[in-house]
Amino acid sequence: MNDIKERLINGLVKENPTFVLMLGMCPTLAVTTSAMNGLGMGLTTMVVLALSNAFISLLRNIIPDKVRIPAFIVIIASFVTMVELLLEGFIPSLYDALGIYIPLIVVNCIILGRAESYASKNPVIPSLFDGIGMGLGFSFALTCIGSVRELIGAGTLFGMHIMPESYVPCSIFIMAPGAFFVLATLTAIQNKIKINGERKGKDMSKIQSGCGGDCLNCSDTGCTKPQKINGKGEREHA
Amino acid sequence: MSDLMKVSSNPHIRAKSSTSSIMLAVVIALLPAAGFGIYNFGTDALILILVTVLSTVLTEYIFEKILKKKTTIGDYSAVVTGLLLALNLPVSAPWWIGVIGGIFAILVVKMLFGGLGQNFMNPALGARCFLLISFTSIMTNFDCDAYTGATPLAALKSGETVNIFNMVVGKTAGTIGETSMIAIVIGACFLILTGVIDLRIPGSYIVSFVVFICLFSGRGFDYAYISAHLAGGGLMLGAFFMATDYVTRPITVKGQYVYGILLGILTGIFRIFGPSAEGVSYAIILGNLLVPLIEKATLPTAFGKGGARV
Repeated sequence: MNDIKERLINGLVKENPTFVLMLGMCPTLAVTTSAMNGLGMGLTTMVVLALSNAFISLLRNIIPDKVRIPAFIVIIASFVTMVELLLEGFIPSLYDALGIYIPLIVVNCIILGRAESYASKNPVIPSLFDGIGMGLGFSFALTCIGSVRELIGAGTLFGMHIMPESYVPCSIFIMAPGAFFVLATLTAIQNKIKINGERKGKDMSKIQSGCGGDCLNCSDTGCTKPQKINGKGEREHA
Repeated sequence: MSDLMKVSSNPHIRAKSSTSSIMLAVVIALLPAAGFGIYNFGTDALILILVTVLSTVLTEYIFEKILKKKTTIGDYSAVVTGLLLALNLPVSAPWWIGVIGGIFAILVVKMLFGGLGQNFMNPALGARCFLLISFTSIMTNFDCDAYTGATPLAALKSGETVNIFNMVVGKTAGTIGETSMIAIVIGACFLILTGVIDLRIPGSYIVSFVVFICLFSGRGFDYAYISAHLAGGGLMLGAFFMATDYVTRPITVKGQYVYGILLGILTGIFRIFGPSAEGVSYAIILGNLLVPLIEKATLPTAFGKGGARV
C-alpha cells in the first residue's frame, strides 16, 4: 500500500513529468489551449500510460532485451489505437479538439520513458500505479497550463465565463507563443519554490530533482552525483 | 626612476558619448514625430504616450528593485522604448494597451534576457507585435476623431488612390508617430548629424525596398505608387529609429548592409504578398532574430590574420 502511495505522489510531485522531468513537451504546448483540452489530453495519456506500464511489466521477463524498444512501441501503439477509437466513438468533441495529438501519444516520451525506466524492471502493481501517478501529474500540469491560457486568452474556465464583461481577451495566450509564456512562468515559479526550500536548509533536492537515491531505476542521464555499486549489484549514490 | 608610471589597460582614448547621451539624442529625435502625433490626433495621443513611457520606466525600476539590481532607468533606454512603442500605437487604443505593452517590452523582451544590451529583439517592436497578435481589433482600429476609414497603405492595397502630399506631411490615419514623414526625417537628420546613427541600415533598407517594389508589385517604376509606399505606414520610423537600434542590429559594417537589404526584401514581401497592408514590424523583428547569423557570416578578418602580405 505504501508502495502505491509513493508511486502516485512520485508522479504528481517529485517527478512531475511536465514541470520536473520536462517530458512530453509537444502535446503540453500544443493542446493546452483550454483547460478542458488539457485535462482531456492528460487523462487520455494517463489511461494509455497505466495500461501500457502494466502490460509491459507483465511481459518484462519475456521481451528480449535487444528488441525491447520495438516491443514497447507495439504495446503502446495498440493501447493508443484502442483509446483513439473509443474517444472517436464516445467523446467526438474531445477527439476533434485533440486531433493529431491522440495518435502522437504513441511517441510521447513520458510513456516510453516510464516503460524503459520503471515498468520493465518492476512488478505489475507498482508499475500500474506508477503509470497512474505519472498520468495524474501530467493531467494536473496540462490542466494548470490550459486553465491559465484559457483564463487570460479567452476569459473563460472550462468554458464558463469567469472574467467580467469588460475584460478584453489577450488572444496570444491561446496561440502558440502563449504556451511558451505560461509553461516558462509556471516552471519558473516551481524553480523559485525549490530554491527557497534549499535556502531554508530542507533537503528539497531529493524531491525536486526526482531523485529518491534509486540509481538503478533512474532515468536521469544528466545525474552528476557520484555513484557506486552496492552489495546487491545496484547502483546508488556514494 | 622616481617617477611613478601609471599603467592602465586599453582603451586609452574614449569618446564622450555614453549610453544615456545616445538615448537622450534618440528621445530628442523622436520629439518631432511625437509632437506631430499629438498635434494631429489631440490630447488622447499625449496621454497614451505619457502612460506608455511611465509604464516602461516603472517596470524597469520595479523589476530592478525586486531583484536588488542596479537601477538603470537613468540611461533613458526605457524612455526610448516607451516612446517608440507609444508612437506605434493607434490613438484609439485604451490606456491599458500602453501599460501592457510597456510591461511586456521591458519585462519579457528586455529584462528577462539580461537588460539593455542583452535583448535579442527590439523591445518596442516585440511589444507591438505582442499587442498586434493579442488585441488585433484594437491595434488595427485607426478610426479617431480626426480620421475615419482605412490607413493610406490599406487603401493602396485595395487599389484606391491616395493623397501623397497628405501622407508626407502626416495628415492621415495611422499610428501616433508614423504618419508624418517630414517629422520623422527631421528627427533622423538630427541623429545622423550628431553621429548617433549612420545611413548604412536605413539607406540599404529603403533602397532595397524600392527595388523590390519595382520588381514585384506589378506596376513597374510607378513614381506615385513608390512614394506612397515610402511615406505610408511605419517604414520611415522603422528604418531610422528601430532597425538602427544599437543592441539588435549587426555590429559588422558588411553585416549592416546585409541586414538592411534583408529588411527591405522582407518588408516588400509582407506588404505586397502578405494578407495585411503593413509589415515593417514583423520584418524588423525577424531581421533581429537573424542578426547573430549575419554577424557570424560577415565577421571581418582580424588585423594581421590572412589577407595579402606586403
